Amino acid sequence: MSAWAVGKRTPRIDSIGKVTGKAIYADDIKLPGMLYGKVVRTKYPHAKILNIDISEAKRVKGVEAVLTAKDIPGVNRVGVAITKDQPIIADDKVRYMGDALAIIAAHDLRTAQFAASLIKVEYEVLPVIEDPEEALFEASVKIHDKGNLICHHKVRKGNIDAGFSEADIIVERKFETQMVEHSYIEPESAIAEPLDDGGVRVFGCMQNIYTSRRILAQVLNLPMNKVVCVQTTMGGSFGGKDDAMNILACRVALLALATGKPVKITYTRDESMIDSYKRHPYKMYYRVGLKNDGTITAAEIKIYANGGAYASMSEFVTWRSVVHATGPYRIPNVSTDIYAAYTNLNYTGAMRGFGSPQIALAYETLMDECAEKLGIHPYEIRKKNLLRTGDTTATGQVLDGKVSLNEVVDAVCEASDFINKYTEYKNNRARPGIRKRGIGLACSYRGVSLGAEGVDYGTCFLKLEEDGTLIISIGITDMGQGARTVQAQFAAEILGLTLDRISVLDINTSRAPDSGPTVASRGTLISGNAITNAAQKIRRNLELACEQLIGKTSSGFIFENNMIINPENGRAVSIKDAAAKAIKMRLPIHAEGFYPAPQTSWDEATGQGLAYFTYVYGANVAEVEVDMETGKVNVLKVWASHEVGKAVNPEGVEGQIYGGIAMGLGLGILEEFEFKNGVPQTTNFDEYLIPTSMDIPEIECRIVENPDPIGPFGAKSIGEPTNELAAPAILNAIFNATGKRISETPANLEVVLLGHKLKR
Amino acid sequence: MGYVKVRFELNGRELELEVPSNITLVELLRERLNLTGTKKGCEIGECGACTVIMNGAPVNSCLVLAPQVDGSRITTIEGLSKNGKLDIIQKAFIEAGAVHCGFCTPGMVLSAKALLDKIPHPTIDEIKEAISGNLCRCTGYWQIIKAIQMASEML
Repeated sequence: MSAWAVGKRTPRIDSIGKVTGKAIYADDIKLPGMLYGKVVRTKYPHAKILNIDISEAKRVKGVEAVLTAKDIPGVNRVGVAITKDQPIIADDKVRYMGDALAIIAAHDLRTAQFAASLIKVEYEVLPVIEDPEEALFEASVKIHDKGNLICHHKVRKGNIDAGFSEADIIVERKFETQMVEHSYIEPESAIAEPLDDGGVRVFGCMQNIYTSRRILAQVLNLPMNKVVCVQTTMGGSFGGKDDAMNILACRVALLALATGKPVKITYTRDESMIDSYKRHPYKMYYRVGLKNDGTITAAEIKIYANGGAYASMSEFVTWRSVVHATGPYRIPNVSTDIYAAYTNLNYTGAMRGFGSPQIALAYETLMDECAEKLGIHPYEIRKKNLLRTGDTTATGQVLDGKVSLNEVVDAVCEASDFINKYTEYKNNRARPGIRKRGIGLACSYRGVSLGAEGVDYGTCFLKLEEDGTLIISIGITDMGQGARTVQAQFAAEILGLTLDRISVLDINTSRAPDSGPTVASRGTLISGNAITNAAQKIRRNLELACEQLIGKTSSGFIFENNMIINPENGRAVSIKDAAAKAIKMRLPIHAEGFYPAPQTSWDEATGQGLAYFTYVYGANVAEVEVDMETGKVNVLKVWASHEVGKAVNPEGVEGQIYGGIAMGLGLGILEEFEFKNGVPQTTNFDEYLIPTSMDIPEIECRIVENPDPIGPFGAKSIGEPTNELAAPAILNAIFNATGKRISETPANLEVVLLGHKLKR
Repeated sequence: MGYVKVRFELNGRELELEVPSNITLVELLRERLNLTGTKKGCEIGECGACTVIMNGAPVNSCLVLAPQVDGSRITTIEGLSKNGKLDIIQKAFIEAGAVHCGFCTPGMVLSAKALLDKIPHPTIDEIKEAISGNLCRCTGYWQIIKAIQMASEML
């Protein structure tokens, strides 16, 4: 089949509303009689709640409801992974500064804020734990009754002692990464509306509305068919509008059901940053053994993930880390342990990368350190150890699909002249000069979709109309990444429709069936396969209609440009007429699509199994200039190569690469969500710095396409792999320029100049 | 809370309003005039999502008090397309893939408009500078820069 929509540069189908200001985001919604809600939060990061007095707040004119944990009809412990430990409103204890003590609904926001100031709380203040390793000490105060360990995953492969005894050198290094805030520009917002049947409808920027609905039903004690979640236009998410939005949805729904009126809550930026979860800070202890020729013989890894106050996605984030902790390398003997522990910081969960940006910083900078110690070029040491087709991963999985690591690494190294520049800049280190250039390489492999952490399938509903237009209803959501556009492209490709004939519906839990969460860079592969499945069913019926209209063909009809053509006789018919004929023949022109993803497996005891059903591969080279007097790092250019299977919308793939690199630069040298004794210090964009247009380097993309038999038209994924390589490439470039190994992020002025952070 | 009478031009129309003295321009636009295309992202003038053009210059409408609009000329995103036809900057943003989640887009488009009104053919550095007060977390800015260059070429 000649591609006529898939693979073409395609403007987003939902951009007109966004450039004209007409797209409706959650905070743009105003319902008749709507009340405004306010969350009352704790004054201490860790304390027992002795008493909450809401009597004065309730008496304020214009206040319609003040609710505490006692007013929750269903469960008050929720979570998106395995452990359900987070309250919608705190009851016995507060565990971080985002915990809510009460929620208020009033006629206007200022009244709600005033009422909030009248709530009196008695606390018994408890010691604050900020460090995950300390949290696991026997003597540490218990943040949750079960203790402070959230989970422990391990991988055991080969014989670690034998591996190290074969090694000529052993390199050890401790790495620490910072807490990172998603920084979607749209703060969290949701509106709940009571329904006639006793149910509730919630509009909002929930990333995963089916998870939201499940949790709402449990918290409100309502059946799922009486809880309707409608996703409004999403102003970015990056993994960040899952738990925090589920909980906000519950808070507005509780207030709406208590007052019988619609209620909206929109967080201010400060509230958003204090309330929402972040990316886990990791403390990583790496030990690697190598032969003199650069061959890796063993890796022993211990990681402590800072889970913050609640479990959230910690169990799954750290699982992805344990699978990928040794990087894209062939290592016969591996022992990896990862622990996630509770602390009194913001809870940590899903953020673009999902446990991979941290470990990539460790294994990729360590690779360069090993190369330096052995006197081997960083390019050569990677080429020697990179996984190839047919190799076995650390978790014992044989990579029988095409492994494209050599291709992506060579693509960026050739484009950037990495091999020569690295040597040249290294030789420049000892020469005088204030500004030093450096260049660094990083590469990775990444499991696509949920892998063995979840049940993986996709489903959708396609409806061709009698005028030849098409409606797609699917539960995989668009948060700004362009899902709707690629979904329309898949349908357009199979049915020969132009994109202006295709609508992708807003997502409503009562309309489209659940396809699992839109996470793990699974959207394109899962929705594409489901849509392809449904579109083929409709296409077959149109073909039956065409046989009567334009004659049979043994070489297959061509579907293109809203027409169906019989290539044997040149006769053509519009899709509209073919649809009308199919209806007359009593053939359905609507279809359900279903795609069950291939099975994966995991043995928790040994950490061995088929972790993911397919993988993507990527490489970045970064070139920097370091000011040796101030420690300022200027990233000049980044070359990025990603093997994506098939680039369904190349414009979208490049957009993901640019955005992922910018975010990776933030992780590498700029961003840090900071605390002082458990209290967040960086709660708006004046203190929490994300890259601006002045910070971004020139970026050159090399998209590699090796179509994967599992993916729709060969497509795999791109969203997250773009976010795990820029930071280690930049750190390696700083080393190349300065000779200083950096093992904590962000590599800000102090870290580059002094080698360590200055405390606030 | 006092009210102040203001007269100003909004998207080409003369308006005369009684506005509360303690609200900001972004609140006036969003809450009182239902012009929700202007977005609120930080309320301290850091993110630029609330950018509007005031007397020819881009301003953070969260930092302008409503009474300050008296006598001014203001363009919001709703005033950019004329008679249902998109402005070339809006077209270029769509064409260049500069629109991802779209939350920064109205502010970005207006910063670009203010730039191109002053400097029709800006350099890349001038474009970067002009949008440096508009945060975008999705795009890494390059498709936005490309869009502004495309719009400049169409002028």
